Amino acid sequence: MDAIYYTLQDFLTFTKGFTYVLMGVGLVGFIGFWRFLTARDDD
Amino acid sequence: MFAGIDKRKLYTPFNIASGIILIIGAVLTVLRFTGGLSMVTNLDDNNPWGLWIGFDLLCGVALAAGGYVTSSAVYIFGMKKYHSAVRPAILTGFLGYSFVVFALMYDLGRPYRLPYPFVVQAGPTSFLFEVGLCVALYLTVLFIEFSPAAWEFMGWKKIRKIAHSLTIPLTIFGVVLSTLHQSSLGGLYLIAPSKLHPLWYSAYLPLFFFVSSIVAGLSMVMFEGSLAHKYYHDKMDRTHLNEASEVVLGFGKAAALVLSGYFVMKVIGIAVDNNWHYLATGWGAWFLVELIGFVALPALAFAIGVREKNRKLIQRTAAWAVLGIVVNRLNVSLIAFNWQLPAADRYFPSWMEIMTSLFIVTLGVTVYRLIVTFLPILHEHPEYKDSH
Repeated sequence: MDAIYYTLQDFLTFTKGFTYVLMGVGLVGFIGFWRFLTARDDD
Repeated sequence: MFAGIDKRKLYTPFNIASGIILIIGAVLTVLRFTGGLSMVTNLDDNNPWGLWIGFDLLCGVALAAGGYVTSSAVYIFGMKKYHSAVRPAILTGFLGYSFVVFALMYDLGRPYRLPYPFVVQAGPTSFLFEVGLCVALYLTVLFIEFSPAAWEFMGWKKIRKIAHSLTIPLTIFGVVLSTLHQSSLGGLYLIAPSKLHPLWYSAYLPLFFFVSSIVAGLSMVMFEGSLAHKYYHDKMDRTHLNEASEVVLGFGKAAALVLSGYFVMKVIGIAVDNNWHYLATGWGAWFLVELIGFVALPALAFAIGVREKNRKLIQRTAAWAVLGIVVNRLNVSLIAFNWQLPAADRYFPSWMEIMTSLFIVTLGVTVYRLIVTFLPILHEHPEYKDSH
């Protein structure tokens, strides 16, 4: 991750790509967290 | 009107300590307004904003967010089961914003110039102008929202009816204004990318400030509710006592969700600017303390508390989250600000600045105690039962 980027294009390709992956992980994690939070709502 | 006050109850250790702080604060106030900023603060050209902005203003505004959060939940989203939390939340919001403006006068120095941006010289392209305008308008909104309690106390039925009829438009106006200025307070720091540490600086600062203000508002309502339950139990009616438990569970769930979203946003903030390498530094360790210790763990603790229906855990986590918001605001405004300066040029508040902030908080708590003692905040006025 400490790689040197010579162009803005390179920088954005890496950071945006990584951000999209994180957003996907975040969304899936959020569903898991929601299920954990509401699992005992009916009790 | 004020009959029934037991004079022996006035001389409690808490009241005596408050009295001492208020007297010291009064002396410091005279010093500040006669001797200027240099008399009582460690502020300089490198650090023109210190504790009074970082704590009194940034934390004060965030922690006063309970007003818009609670009133929008009840009046806009129709969650009537939280109705008993509205008045205490509005009161906290109103007092919070009032004392933010009060504290701002210490920093500005010339209180009579407070209306200048609106009537003498506007700076409509400035975030500060927007914050000032929103805070002025929202303070007015909060005053009108809070006023029915005062009119009920004074027996002014007509004006109470008018103020009460404005509830929905004022709630909507309050949400709009809060969205604007809570985020703009973060926006203020967008102008300082070279001064704020990259881990805290982000193009998403306005978003971070707004989302975290929701957590601050929810947590403050729960924290303040637990204190009121403990110390003002005798002032609470059956409805408030019965609904308190629902408020804690519902707000705890909301806080867990918003905090988890905030955590993801903060991580994305690092990824967008590719700031991962900073995490391996001392600043990174401190950032992780904030991110894990005051965002991720409280979110988990809220969730566990909601699952287990453990109200004590939720209330303690609310105090933890409130502390987290304070840590975040101090990080952005003071600790990670001017991080590249040599230690000798870094800012640390003087004892008089700290004491002045403590004085303002104590004054706020004292006024809050006075109001909940006499006004129908934690109970419904007998003449207006079920009229909300």
